[in-house]
Amino acid sequence: MSDTTIKRDRPWLMRTYSGHSSARASNELYRTNLGKGQTGLSVAFDLPTQTGYDSDHPLARGEVGKVGVPIDHIGDMEVLFEQIPLEQMNTSMTINATAPWLLALYVAVAERQGVDPAALQGTTQNDVIKEYLSRGTYIFPPGPSVRLTTDLIAYTVEHIPKWNPTNICSYHLQEAGATPTQELAYALSTATAILDAVRDSGQIEAERFAAVVGRISFFVNAGIRFVEETCKVRAFTRMWDEIAQQRYGVEDPRQRRFRYGVQVNSLGLTESQPENNVQRIVLEMLAVTLSKNARARAIQLPAWNEALGLPRPWDQQWALRMQQVLACESDLLEYGDLFDGSPVVEAKVEELVAGARAEMARIAEQGGMVACVDNGYVKRELVASHTRRLRAIESGELQIVGVNCYRETAESPLTAGADAGIMSVDEAAERQQIESLQAFRAQRDGQRVAAALAELRTAADAGDNIMPASIECARAGVTTGEWSQVLREVFGEYRAPTGVDVAEAQRGDDDTIVALRERVRATGEELGRPLRLLIGKPGLDGHSNGAEQIAVKGRDAGFEIVYEGIRLTPAQIARAAQEEGVHLVGLSVLSGSHMELVEDICRELEAAGLAGLPLVIGGIIPAADARALQARGVKAVFTPKDVDMNAIMGDMVDIIRQANGLDSAA
Amino acid sequence: MAQADSAGLARSICDAERAAIARALNLLDDHRPAAQEQAAQLLQELAARCREPHRRLVGMTGPPGVGKSSLSAALIRVWRERGLRVGVLAVDPSSPVSGGALLGDRLRMKTAGDDDGVFVRSLSSRGEFGGLSAQVWPMSLVLLAACDLVLVETVGVGQREIDVAATCDTTCFVAQPGSGDSIQFLKAGVLEVPHILVVNKQDLGSLASRTLTELRGALGNLHPDGDWQVPILSTSATEHTGIEALADAIEAHHRWLVERGELAARRRGAQARWVLRRLEQEYGRAGIARLGGEQALLARLAASEQNPFSQYETCRGQLQATA
Repeated sequence: MSDTTIKRDRPWLMRTYSGHSSARASNELYRTNLGKGQTGLSVAFDLPTQTGYDSDHPLARGEVGKVGVPIDHIGDMEVLFEQIPLEQMNTSMTINATAPWLLALYVAVAERQGVDPAALQGTTQNDVIKEYLSRGTYIFPPGPSVRLTTDLIAYTVEHIPKWNPTNICSYHLQEAGATPTQELAYALSTATAILDAVRDSGQIEAERFAAVVGRISFFVNAGIRFVEETCKVRAFTRMWDEIAQQRYGVEDPRQRRFRYGVQVNSLGLTESQPENNVQRIVLEMLAVTLSKNARARAIQLPAWNEALGLPRPWDQQWALRMQQVLACESDLLEYGDLFDGSPVVEAKVEELVAGARAEMARIAEQGGMVACVDNGYVKRELVASHTRRLRAIESGELQIVGVNCYRETAESPLTAGADAGIMSVDEAAERQQIESLQAFRAQRDGQRVAAALAELRTAADAGDNIMPASIECARAGVTTGEWSQVLREVFGEYRAPTGVDVAEAQRGDDDTIVALRERVRATGEELGRPLRLLIGKPGLDGHSNGAEQIAVKGRDAGFEIVYEGIRLTPAQIARAAQEEGVHLVGLSVLSGSHMELVEDICRELEAAGLAGLPLVIGGIIPAADARALQARGVKAVFTPKDVDMNAIMGDMVDIIRQANGLDSAA
Repeated sequence: MAQADSAGLARSICDAERAAIARALNLLDDHRPAAQEQAAQLLQELAARCREPHRRLVGMTGPPGVGKSSLSAALIRVWRERGLRVGVLAVDPSSPVSGGALLGDRLRMKTAGDDDGVFVRSLSSRGEFGGLSAQVWPMSLVLLAACDLVLVETVGVGQREIDVAATCDTTCFVAQPGSGDSIQFLKAGVLEVPHILVVNKQDLGSLASRTLTELRGALGNLHPDGDWQVPILSTSATEHTGIEALADAIEAHHRWLVERGELAARRRGAQARWVLRRLEQEYGRAGIARLGGEQALLARLAASEQNPFSQYETCRGQLQATA
């Protein structure tokens, strides 16, 4: 190495997506992580906070503090950022339907810390469109949702100029099955839908509009096909520059930059031989860092054990260290772009751009992204892509090491410990959160709360920007549930298309599925009527990809499937099981609240006289919990390592036969 | 099930006990001979109750994507506000490859999921009757005994799907704004004229009003039954407009049937067609000919007070005796 100083690029922002149990516990975790060299915060909120319910709402049962931190009011938000000076922090919040509310709380906390809100830096995800397609934490219909998104954008451009008001997500589209072309097309179509809405809202003067375009940022996924993924981010960069210039007339190249953050792929992380996830994560990180001209601005990496359960602080530290080794030890940041001029890369980029343009044209023909969410087009395309992917894994055409090939393994010392290699959330967290919420409500100024909520309703009704009234609500001590309830009353609630309705049926050319269909048919014949399954998605968790794929597979196997989408209460599930006369209920739960939800559903089924109806569950369920569920009467527990869906269907037939006193053969 | 058991089950159905309704629907779906026999007994028990003139059977059909589920959900809300207990049979197509089906998508969740006054059963078309479920007619009788109003919703683009709705007292056809298909069908006489025509998605503005005008033109002087004037209504399920008017039109048609004393005849006619189709499926046109031909058979069936399963068994007996 020469002794002249080498100029190195500044590394990206390094974050870890985290938060759990309570504001207090999460604050301690954040300060620890910052002490370890993390350079920004990425806040994970729990599902009640994301879907606008207070911690003591019946729908929140079992969900409080599970997948993130519960924030009920300004008191929680203040504790979350205690001893973290907000003017120096860059905070990313994964929050969508309730994004205006969480930003309002952040602003109010800054005021209390004596920080000028204009100095705040960070990101609100604020992309509800992808919530309808994946993830599922939407509340309102598309029209009002787009309006809230544009209000937040218009407000921050004026008042918090360094804030990234929306992070248009392709991340969750890939999780829902999107191909790189679909990721490009749907994310960019979403971005133009939102920008068009901001422009048409008349909240921003024409000459300031370029600044709005310049504040739009993206949240991208990186999968294991890392060469193609590199080309994908280069394609994004090229296409966004073009759209900003041609559609919105932005002159300044800096305002046309495709600025994006990354969480690498969780879909491909495996439960079998979970240590292999480390090399997967590293390769995926390369996809979004190697090409300087298309490098991510911020990266958060999942932990190696995400498919097993909640990561521990040590697991998150390991993920952070991967980034630090790449940025600090390797020579990556010393070079210009490695791919400029490569004909191989250029050809692939061109192919992706052409495919994405064609798909964007199809979206535009149907009236744009919002119309294509509402009419189910995009969701059906995603479900179909995901089905193709799972079929390729099943057939072995797509190899996954440790899952459908190279499966022999020595015992892993990583999961051998007493905690089985994952963290469990403190059982008392939910109760404590509810107690502190009730204490908070008792001491606040009721009149000020009522006045602030009345003002919020007026603003929502009149079409005024929602932010000023929301900030006053935050100051007044309004709760998350109260803020959301007012808007639910004004805007109404929405259920998105499930996408499973017209996904293609598997052609009967494969022996396994033909044999399976015959078993399904014959068992139905013996029981007097076709076999019917209810696929239920209880709780607030909106990650419906697994449930959708089981529904499609079940249909292809010859079952009559009743599937009604996400966010069902235990009572609704038991009721549907009864009214529909099903032979088996299959539940899907990924939020970690399976113990509470299963208990409630078992009770409701018993109350409906359906105690003997077999119940199975799929999700991220640790082995100890699986044993407890089976002791409660659950007939089978499926986890991410069960990739053979034909086998799952076969198990369901066996379970139905057994429950109805038929022999297990046939 | 002994006679006494089916009487008990019938009583529980009349009390609108959900477990009993569900059990009865499972029984009607069960093709095993013992179950069919019990089903016949049960329907015999319920027959008088079903004939009560205030109980109405409403069919709704129309092409996919026209917003029938949203419209049904909006109507159910109005009926509930009017104090009616509502039963729903939602028929979805089954896969021709696997025979499997995806059912119940969205309808129940859009109606009040916790409302005890609504009962929803989804059915797959199971490839029977050329795209409609053989279970619809007997199941709608069970729901009629338990509810004030039964809604049968089918996805349909042609005559065979319309047939399901046509077994109802009142048929509503929901047309797609901007699509001339249903208008062409009407003009060509492919579509049996429904009792009520609806253009949904009024929020699409001029497209919807143009379709409305075209339908008025196409309908001309066609009348499905006697002097019933077919109303053409526009609705928007998303904005909840025109729903009350649609509910009123359905009421008006029901009143019209009752005042003319045609309700009972209509039901007997629907049942006769159900029995006929089932026989046709099993024994073909030759079988129907051996029973005296379609017209004579329909007339004979419509004159009988027996439950549909017994009618069917009687005809089968005749066919086997002459074989």
